Amino acid sequence: MTRSEPVAVSAPMAERAASSGIADYLLQVFAVADTEIRKLRHDPGELLTRALQPAIWLLLFGEVMAQVRGLNVGGGNYLDFIAPGILAQSVLFAAIFYGIAAIWERDLGVLHRYMVSPAPRTALVFGKALSSAVRGLVQASIVYALATLLGIHVTFGPLHVIGVVALIAVGSGLFSTFSLIIACLVKTRERFMGIGQVLTMPIFFASNAIYPIDIMPAWLRTISSLNPLTYEVDGLRALMLAGGTSKYGVAFDLAVLAAVFLALVGIAARLYPRLTE
Amino acid sequence: MDAVPFVIETRHLSKHFGDFVAVDDVSLSVRAGEIFGLIGPNGAGKSTLVKMLTTLLPPTSGTALVAGFDIRREPAQVRRKIGYVPQLLSADGTLTGYENLLLSARLYLLARRERQARIAAALEMMDLTEAADRQVQAYSGGMIRRLEIAQSMIHEPAVLFMDEPTVGLDPVARDAVWKHVKELRDRLGTTILITTHMMEEADALCDRIGLQHGGRLQDVGTPQELKDRVGPGATLDDVFAHITGATIDSGGSYHDTQRTRRSIRAHG
Repeated sequence: MTRSEPVAVSAPMAERAASSGIADYLLQVFAVADTEIRKLRHDPGELLTRALQPAIWLLLFGEVMAQVRGLNVGGGNYLDFIAPGILAQSVLFAAIFYGIAAIWERDLGVLHRYMVSPAPRTALVFGKALSSAVRGLVQASIVYALATLLGIHVTFGPLHVIGVVALIAVGSGLFSTFSLIIACLVKTRERFMGIGQVLTMPIFFASNAIYPIDIMPAWLRTISSLNPLTYEVDGLRALMLAGGTSKYGVAFDLAVLAAVFLALVGIAARLYPRLTE
Repeated sequence: MDAVPFVIETRHLSKHFGDFVAVDDVSLSVRAGEIFGLIGPNGAGKSTLVKMLTTLLPPTSGTALVAGFDIRREPAQVRRKIGYVPQLLSADGTLTGYENLLLSARLYLLARRERQARIAAALEMMDLTEAADRQVQAYSGGMIRRLEIAQSMIHEPAVLFMDEPTVGLDPVARDAVWKHVKELRDRLGTTILITTHMMEEADALCDRIGLQHGGRLQDVGTPQELKDRVGPGATLDDVFAHITGATIDSGGSYHDTQRTRRSIRAHG
């Protein structure tokens, strides 16, 4: 038994123990994410069907709204304006149903195997978030392809791309973890389906995704400024488009998303075990 | 036998759900290397007891030591030492058998150089080597159960918990699971606690049996001891009826029935 040994460990040994602790933690995070990615590889059809939604938004909604002259989107054309919004939306819609998968895994019994394993709960939550990030990035590359086809002024500068990858990854992780928290609270698929729809719409519409915040009434502007999606879209708007601008600054956007994400991981890790009780 | 240490020791373990007492003051000791059967009808509190011992469910009162660690104060250490085969489906159908084992090997932090050898050995032991690269959804119920046993023992746990391991299996698949469970104990010395509501299973597999009814542990002994207490020629069914005044088929809620049926569908 090592647990009652005295703690007089020499510094290098303690360091080695700490670094192997981190390596162990990362391996467990990777184990969860890799499993999800293998499942996607066995059944990639889902990714393709998910590409339909952003296509419909850009082609139908975007093309029509682009004819409305009354909407001041700050210089550029409307399709350019909503492309980052639709990108964020498609990632949001994919991530927000992560909770359903968690409930499904609980109903099957697969979740029990994660919960009896020695993996820390935060590692399980990070692993799921990481797999959501990978999905989000696949989704993003499809939206990029669509946007390029439609003649939207997308930029592929390396720093821009790196920034977009970071925003999409953190945004995906954030909303999938939020979804996981909802799942832990409502616990059944039926209730989740109901509430999932109710939550997605306000997150999407009370944000700057398809219209500028400036045209909103004051109360809605306040809600939007508390909505993480607003910061994701704001950052994307600066990085995705040639000559794009950000209202809050990309660094601030990323910092807000990262902080909210970490807070949500903490909450989810506490609630996750409740699903198998 | 007295020299063999206890690997599971519960102390006045109870679990209440509101007014309902699912597990009522259970004090139970299981020795290293034993196959211990917890028998009782659906709703007797067997699964709740196992969920507490596997740290999935916090007890209302009392505690337990599993592999030397306290389930309330040291759940992380307990998890390192145990394996759990839930009644539900714990193998992922969209993954292959190999991928399922790889996931367990990583979650249990097996050293990289050992991983492949352990996975190969587990597949071999459960007669699944040839099916390793097929998706689990193409497996038969018996194969899925054997894979679930393989993935829950890949880290060579001190204690393996199995909740109704043969529900829904045909007799041939059931006999194969029994054979593998015994082999596991004989080769690795793993202590195994199974729950079952099938007397035949308890008789064929278990060194000792605990009779669980209405949340309480009613009696403990070897199958023979328990039968002898009732009279010559008695079966375990008779023992159960004698002790509880009920038959094993009675009891069980809508929820239990639903769960059992789902497990049967998954493994059948």
